[in-house]
Amino acid sequence: MKKTVFFGALAAAGLTAGIASAATLDDVKARGVLNCGVNTGLVGFAAPDANGNWSGFDVALCKAVAAAVFGDPSKVKYVPTTGQTRFTALASGEVDVLVRNTTWTFSRDTDLKMDFAGVNYYDGQGFMVHKDSGITSAKELDGASVCIQTGTTTELNLADYFKANGMSYQPIAIDSNAEGEQQYIAGACDAYTTDASGLAATRAAFADPDNHIILPEIISKEPLGPAVRHGDSQWLDIVKWTLYALIAAEEYGVTSANVEELAKGTENPEVNRLLGVEGGLGAMTGLPNDWAVHAIKAGGNYGEIFAATIGESTPIGLARGLNAQWTQGGLLYAMPFR
Amino acid sequence: MTSVPDTPEPGFRLSQLIYDTRYRSLTIQVVVLFLVMAGAAWLVDNTIRNLNVLGKDFNFGFLGNRSGYDIAQHLIPYSNDSTHARAMLVGLLNTLWISFVGCITATVIGVFVGVMRLSPNWLVSRLMTAYVEVFRNIPLLLWILVAIALLTEVMPAPNAYRINPTTGEAQTSMILFDSVALTNRYTAIPSMEFLRSLGVVNTPFAPISLDVVAVLVLFAVSIWANRRFVGWANAVQAATGVRPTTWWKSLLILFAPVIVLLIALGFRLHEPTLQGFNFTGGTNVSNAFVALWAGLSLYTGAFIAEIVRAGILAVSKGQTEAAAALGMRSGRIMRLVILPQALRVIVPPLISQFLNLTKNSSLAIAVGYMDLRGTLGGITLNQTGRELECILLMMLIYLSISLVISGAMNLFNRKVRLKER
Ligand SMILES: N[C@@H](CCC(=O)N[C@@H](CS)C(=O)NCC(=O)O)C(=O)O
Repeated sequence: MKKTVFFGALAAAGLTAGIASAATLDDVKARGVLNCGVNTGLVGFAAPDANGNWSGFDVALCKAVAAAVFGDPSKVKYVPTTGQTRFTALASGEVDVLVRNTTWTFSRDTDLKMDFAGVNYYDGQGFMVHKDSGITSAKELDGASVCIQTGTTTELNLADYFKANGMSYQPIAIDSNAEGEQQYIAGACDAYTTDASGLAATRAAFADPDNHIILPEIISKEPLGPAVRHGDSQWLDIVKWTLYALIAAEEYGVTSANVEELAKGTENPEVNRLLGVEGGLGAMTGLPNDWAVHAIKAGGNYGEIFAATIGESTPIGLARGLNAQWTQGGLLYAMPFR
Repeated sequence: MTSVPDTPEPGFRLSQLIYDTRYRSLTIQVVVLFLVMAGAAWLVDNTIRNLNVLGKDFNFGFLGNRSGYDIAQHLIPYSNDSTHARAMLVGLLNTLWISFVGCITATVIGVFVGVMRLSPNWLVSRLMTAYVEVFRNIPLLLWILVAIALLTEVMPAPNAYRINPTTGEAQTSMILFDSVALTNRYTAIPSMEFLRSLGVVNTPFAPISLDVVAVLVLFAVSIWANRRFVGWANAVQAATGVRPTTWWKSLLILFAPVIVLLIALGFRLHEPTLQGFNFTGGTNVSNAFVALWAGLSLYTGAFIAEIVRAGILAVSKGQTEAAAALGMRSGRIMRLVILPQALRVIVPPLISQFLNLTKNSSLAIAVGYMDLRGTLGGITLNQTGRELECILLMMLIYLSISLVISGAMNLFNRKVRLKER
C-alpha cells in the first residue's frame, strides 16, 4: 500500500512540476512584459538614471525587442545582473533575454546552453591605467595589480595574456563595474581591464577622465551580443531578427523619423518587406507584420542608437570602427529580409 | 434487559486511525513521512525534468579540467593551468584558514570583553557594553565593507614608498624597523628564510618545508617535556608542601631548544622590498583577508562576550566569596575558580558561534577574498555553467566542515562538563 501511495504522490508531483517553458514568446505575451537581463550599471550600455529609467546601447535593444513583441518599447523590466549571476538568471528563466556586454564564446554557446542571437558590438579587451603612472603599453604591466570582474572572459584572457608574455600579475577580484571603479580610483589596482568599450564608458563617468589612459593593446576578440536560452528557436529568431532589423534599417536609411512615412510603402521591395508592407514576414515568426516598424521607432536604427548612447558625440566617444556597416568597411551585415 | 458493552465492538474501522489513541500517532507519522517523501520526490523530479529541458547533464567531470583563471590568495601552489578541483581546494583552504584565525581572535576578544564587562570599574564596563551593542547590532557585511573601505582609502598606495629621485625621500616609510609596509592593497610583512635549510619535500598537495616540520616537532617535544616538569613540581609540592621555582625553568624548556634549532638552521626574516608595482620578497597579506578577519572577529567576538558574561554570571556568587575568603586575588579567582566552572555553560553556545563564523566567512565574496564560495561557487560555477554540481558540492563541504567543528567542540565539552558521580 505504501508503494502505491508513494508512486501516486510522485505522479502528482510530476504533473505539477514547474517546467521552464520552451515557448518564451507565449510566456512574455502572457506576462505582458519582457524581462531583460542587463548589467548593474555601465553608463552608455545600461544604467538607470535618478528616476530609475534605464537607458543605453544594450537597453535600446531590450526596448526594440519589447516594441517588436508588444508594439510598446516601455514594456520591459530590467533585471540587473553581475558577471557572475547573469547566466544563472538566463538559464533559470528569470530573464527572457540577456543583453549585458556578453561575449559570444564556444562554451557559452554549447556547454552553458545559451544561444547568441548575433553581435551588437564587436569589441576586444583592453587596459586602463592612471596617466601619471607613466605606463604606455600593456607589456609594461609585469608585476602589476590588476582589477578584474569575476565570471567573465576577461579574467581568462588576462591569465592567458600574461602567461604568453612571461609576465606575472596580482588579480584583484571584483564583483561589479562600480566596485572596480572604486578600487581602481583608490589605487588598489594599477590597471583596470575589461572590454575596451566598457573601459571607455567607465572612464567617461570619472570626474577626471583625462588623467586615465586606455592602453593601445587589445588582447582578445569580444563579440558582445544578446543571448537567449538554448532550445527555443522561435524566440531566438525574434531577438536575432530584431537586431538585424535595426542594422538593416541603417543600411537602407530607415530612421525613427521617417519609418512611419516609409511604412506606407516605398519603391524598395526589401524595405517594404522589412516594414511589413509586403511579404508578411512578421507572421512567420509569430509577430504582427509591422513588428520592425515598432522596433525601429523605439530608439531608431542601429546607427541612431549607437550615436545617441556611445557614439563620438557622447562623453563615451566610441568610433564606429568594426561596428560600421559592411558597406562602410565594418562588420555589420544584416541577413536579407526575404 | 439491556446491557452496556464495556468492550468495543470487534473488528477494525477506518475512523479508528484518527480517533483511537493507539493508532493515531502512527497515522500521523505515516502521513508526514509520505508528505516528506512526496516533497523530496517533487524536488528531484522537477530538477531532472528542468535539466532535461535545458539539455544539461549532471556530471562532475569539469573538476578535472584546466581552470584557466588566477587566484590572488593561495596557500598551496596554484596557477591558471591547475584544475578546477585544485581551485576548489585552494578556496577550501582559504575558508578554513580565515575561519581558524577568526575563531581564535574572536574567542580572545570575546573572553576579554566578556570578563571586562563585569568589571567593577564603571568606565571599563560601559566601554565594553558599548562595543558589544555596536558590533552585535550592525550587520556583519557592513563591518567588513567598512574595514575594506578604511584599508583601501586610508592606506597609501605601494607607490608612496618609492624614493623620489629629486627629493631623495619617500612619501611614506615602512614601520617596525622598516620590515612592514601598510598599503591600500595588502600589508607586506617579512617572510621566513632558512639559510642552512634542510630542504623541501614536494608532495602533490603542497611542498613541505622540512625546517618548519623540524621546528614544530621540536616545539611539541618541548611542550611535552614541560608538562612532565610541571607534573614533577606538583608532586614535590604535594609531598613537601614547598613548590620548587618553575617559571624560568619552564620558559627554558619551552623555548631554548627551538631557538637553538632556529639559529642552527640559519633562520632570519626576509624583509619585503618595493619592486616595480608591488612589494616582493616578503609575504603580502591582502587587505581583503585583513578586512574579513577583522569583521568576523569583532562581530563574532561581541556575541562570544555575551556568552562568556552569561557563563560567568551563572556561577554562583558564593564561589567568588569562598575563594576570596581563602585569600585569593581576583585574577586568580577568575582563572582558577570561575572560568573553569563557567566553561560548561559557555562551550555549547560557543560551538554555534564558531559554526556561524565559519559560514559567515563566505561573505568573503564582498571583498574579493577567494574562499570556497569565491572559487568553486563563484568563478568555477560561472565559467563552467555547472550550477547544480557546484552548489551541491559546496553545500556538502560546508556541512562537513560544520560537522567536524561541532564534533571536535563536543569532545571538548565532554572534557569540561561537570562530572557527576
Ligand atoms: N565581455 C565579457 C565581460 C563583460 C563584463 O563584465 N563587462 C563589464 C565591464 S564592460 C560590465 O558590463 N560591467 C557592468 C556591471 O558591473 O554590471 C564577458 O562577457 O565575460
